[in-house]
Amino acid sequence: MKEILNLKDVVVEYERHGQKIRAVSGVDLTLKSGEILGLVGESGCGKSTLGKAIVGILKPTVGEVTFDGMKVKKLTRGQRPKHLRNLQMIFQDPYGSLNPRRKIGSQIIDGLLVGGMKKAAAMEKAVEFLARVGLPKDANDRYPHQFSGGQRQRIAIARALAAAPSVIIADEPISALDTSSQAQVSNLLVKLVEEFDMGMVFISHDLSIVRRISDRVAVMYLGKIVEIGTTTQIWENPSHPYTRALISAIPHADGSSFMPSDLPGDVPNPMYPPTGCRFHPRCPVALPACAINEPEFVTLSDSRKVACVLQKAGTPPNSMIIPG
Amino acid sequence: MKLLKVTDLTVTLATSSGDAQAVRNLSFDLGHGEILGIAGESGSGKTMTALSLLGLLPYKGRATGSVFFDGREILASSKREYRDIRGKDIAMIFQDPMTSLHPMLTVETQLTEHLRHHRKVSKDSARQIVLELLNTVKIPDPAAALRAHPNQFSGGMRQRIAIAMALACEPKLLIADEPTTALDVTVQAGILKLLHQLRDERKLSIIIITHDLGVLSSLADRIMIMYAGSEVESGKTSELLTQPRHPYTKGLISALPGLSQDGKLLTSIKGMPPELGNFASGCAFHPRCAFAESSCSQALPPALDISDSHRIFCPINPFAQKSDITS
Repeated sequence: MKEILNLKDVVVEYERHGQKIRAVSGVDLTLKSGEILGLVGESGCGKSTLGKAIVGILKPTVGEVTFDGMKVKKLTRGQRPKHLRNLQMIFQDPYGSLNPRRKIGSQIIDGLLVGGMKKAAAMEKAVEFLARVGLPKDANDRYPHQFSGGQRQRIAIARALAAAPSVIIADEPISALDTSSQAQVSNLLVKLVEEFDMGMVFISHDLSIVRRISDRVAVMYLGKIVEIGTTTQIWENPSHPYTRALISAIPHADGSSFMPSDLPGDVPNPMYPPTGCRFHPRCPVALPACAINEPEFVTLSDSRKVACVLQKAGTPPNSMIIPG
Repeated sequence: MKLLKVTDLTVTLATSSGDAQAVRNLSFDLGHGEILGIAGESGSGKTMTALSLLGLLPYKGRATGSVFFDGREILASSKREYRDIRGKDIAMIFQDPMTSLHPMLTVETQLTEHLRHHRKVSKDSARQIVLELLNTVKIPDPAAALRAHPNQFSGGMRQRIAIAMALACEPKLLIADEPTTALDVTVQAGILKLLHQLRDERKLSIIIITHDLGVLSSLADRIMIMYAGSEVESGKTSELLTQPRHPYTKGLISALPGLSQDGKLLTSIKGMPPELGNFASGCAFHPRCAFAESSCSQALPPALDISDSHRIFCPINPFAQKSDITS
């Protein structure tokens, strides 16, 4: 598997009322072809901002994103550089991401026309893509409002496919859908990643679906990745207290009346991030030193990376008991 | 006697293409201090069921049948009578607390207003009651919270304030419509714990409406699964989730990402839930059902009791046998 996407020290800042807010503060990531990387964290942790910075909707303040060997520049009103056509994004809300006044077919072929295809040929191609995502042929001539949420998300996926993507950034692609559609759309994405050997960053707050489909998981808290590893590593032996808290907060739908544990407090305002470790005010095992020193990102012996003072580089993950 | 007994509830809504039944012949009951979960996909009628209990149906919506609450029939109540029931006997919280709290009023004004209306208490004692309530729902520094506006709180805290507001008149029944859907899992867990605690300490009866079976597994004593306005299966939480008997319930449970772990693909139910006004005849699930026979499209299937607390509305599927579990 070759590395298709690389993020180096990406920082994204917004300006609000003249004050700088650091939504993403220094993220390193890699993604290989054929790989699904789950990106999880509470709302406000910067995962969507990071997704937008990867495809160039937002410009990183510092750092750079490399896609297929070339630097990603911010999107402008002008033409998007050709090589970035294969870097696509799908969004949570398929109602908002499709143009209500254009027919489905004409929205799907945009990607093909940019690629230099003739309109008639592109329309034929569009039918193929619609069939691939499980929609009827005549969908080409209909408008977005004539479809259900799940179908609209399929249309958004077909539109992304038309650009022959090698990387898809999927920002909460199934969160707004019904249970029936969730399973269908998630299966579709998994199959497409395999079929076209794409890389996918799957951004979600739903940890159980991330666990099911991701090869690796990155856990984000207040603009920083606090732990990254294979899905099995993260699930069977989470080493960051925040990862543990996230996992133990998931309800189990097994009829066992298991009561999940909550994590008191809220994600702090990124305008005033806590000193030291950003998680320390909510951390059940915080030490006094955590309020002063920002923990370094260390690689544990099982090649997983984590940012917590309780973990030492090169050692097996240190199990911590979380009261609760 | 049960706190709530709903019999043959049918809700008819006016749509642009004529009348459509959103809830069809629904019957269920709820005991004192019991938590009933109503689950289903969007359009299954779960929210309309709740709104009809409160007399809050949309314009031109009509409910027929019987809702027997706390010893009296309330479905035929006048607007004025419903005004006395709402908030006082039955309270409701919604998915998005930002829309149920008034953005321009302080927390104190909103929490004491209906308390003073329903219970005729003085301003000072209302304030005392509300302070205690905010303590119960674990709002840090209740005195400061009273002076604040809703936008100064996070989503989880706002939902706690909405719960405090719902509890102010000591209702017997709390209806929670997707109370944690808009919240992070870490915050959701706290709200679930709080609802559980309120049931234990105040003997509050709760109807929780959600599409998330995980939430119901933690919280509900019993679960009713709805599809296209009708009940398809109901039973004790542990029995229903571990031994579902209706093909739709089975499909919903196996579509969950958590349980089985072979590979990345989920087991999905084919097709999608029908829209209002387009429900199939007979058993509305038959077009998507793997076990459907020709009789399924003809008449609404009768109830089949699996055990005394577990029933399904599908007599023909291969799992439809009496249970050996005695409950």
